[in-house]
Amino acid sequence: MTPTLLIFFVLAGLAVLGALSLVIQKHPIHSALSLIVVMVCLAGLYLLMGAEFVAAVQIIVYGGAIMVLFIFVIMLLNAGEEERTDFSKLAKFAGLPLALALTAAIAAAVVKPAPDIPSQSVIPDATRLISSMLFQEFVYPFELTSFLILVAIMGALVLAQREKK
Amino acid sequence: MVPTQYYLVLSAILFGLGAVAFVFKRNIITIFMSIELMLNAVNLAFVAFSQAFGKVHGQVFVLFVIVVAAAEAAVGLGIIILIQRNRQSLNVEKVNLLKL
Repeated sequence: MTPTLLIFFVLAGLAVLGALSLVIQKHPIHSALSLIVVMVCLAGLYLLMGAEFVAAVQIIVYGGAIMVLFIFVIMLLNAGEEERTDFSKLAKFAGLPLALALTAAIAAAVVKPAPDIPSQSVIPDATRLISSMLFQEFVYPFELTSFLILVAIMGALVLAQREKK
Repeated sequence: MVPTQYYLVLSAILFGLGAVAFVFKRNIITIFMSIELMLNAVNLAFVAFSQAFGKVHGQVFVLFVIVVAAAEAAVGLGIIILIQRNRQSLNVEKVNLLKL
């Protein structure tokens, strides 16, 4: 087993454990911390693949900004443990098998065309290629996303402000 | 190097767990976090394919997904704060005005 493969299995195992923990934990803050574990592991996997820029963005935007927002809201609302409610009979018996079937179906669908794919190779100068592509080929979508963020900021402000009496 | 298939299978597993969490959890914040988990799983598949084909298009798409996820998180958490203010609960079973 090569060192790269070993690192992959450690990171992948940690990511799956974190995702399982997100499902199992009762308290939302525990789920949020498990999700951070998953995101950091994914950043490690991106580094392993040679996508340094995406790894940095993953840590800064996902691990930093978005999860801090989540934890901030959990603390702001003082969210307690999840209330248990009875599942319907269908969910109790068919839920887990159906979930496994979904995972298997997705895996089969994405892996089937894979034999034609050439083996992994690190793209040289990936960050420079991304920047030139982002500002040339994808410049209109890029500008649209800035507009999207502006709309999202205004929407969040309108939604969360106190109602005037 | 790690075969592309391994990354794709990991991505499928993470997506499945996210879907399970989305259906089984009752807390609206946790449901929202499971959506982020599914987005992350898709990002992993994007980067894996990008590396496999030797093109950076996939990584550019990941950047767009991350931006949209950030915008979605801001608006969604605003909605969650509103729900908590109107219902005094984060349980999705209590949000049932449209239910027959």
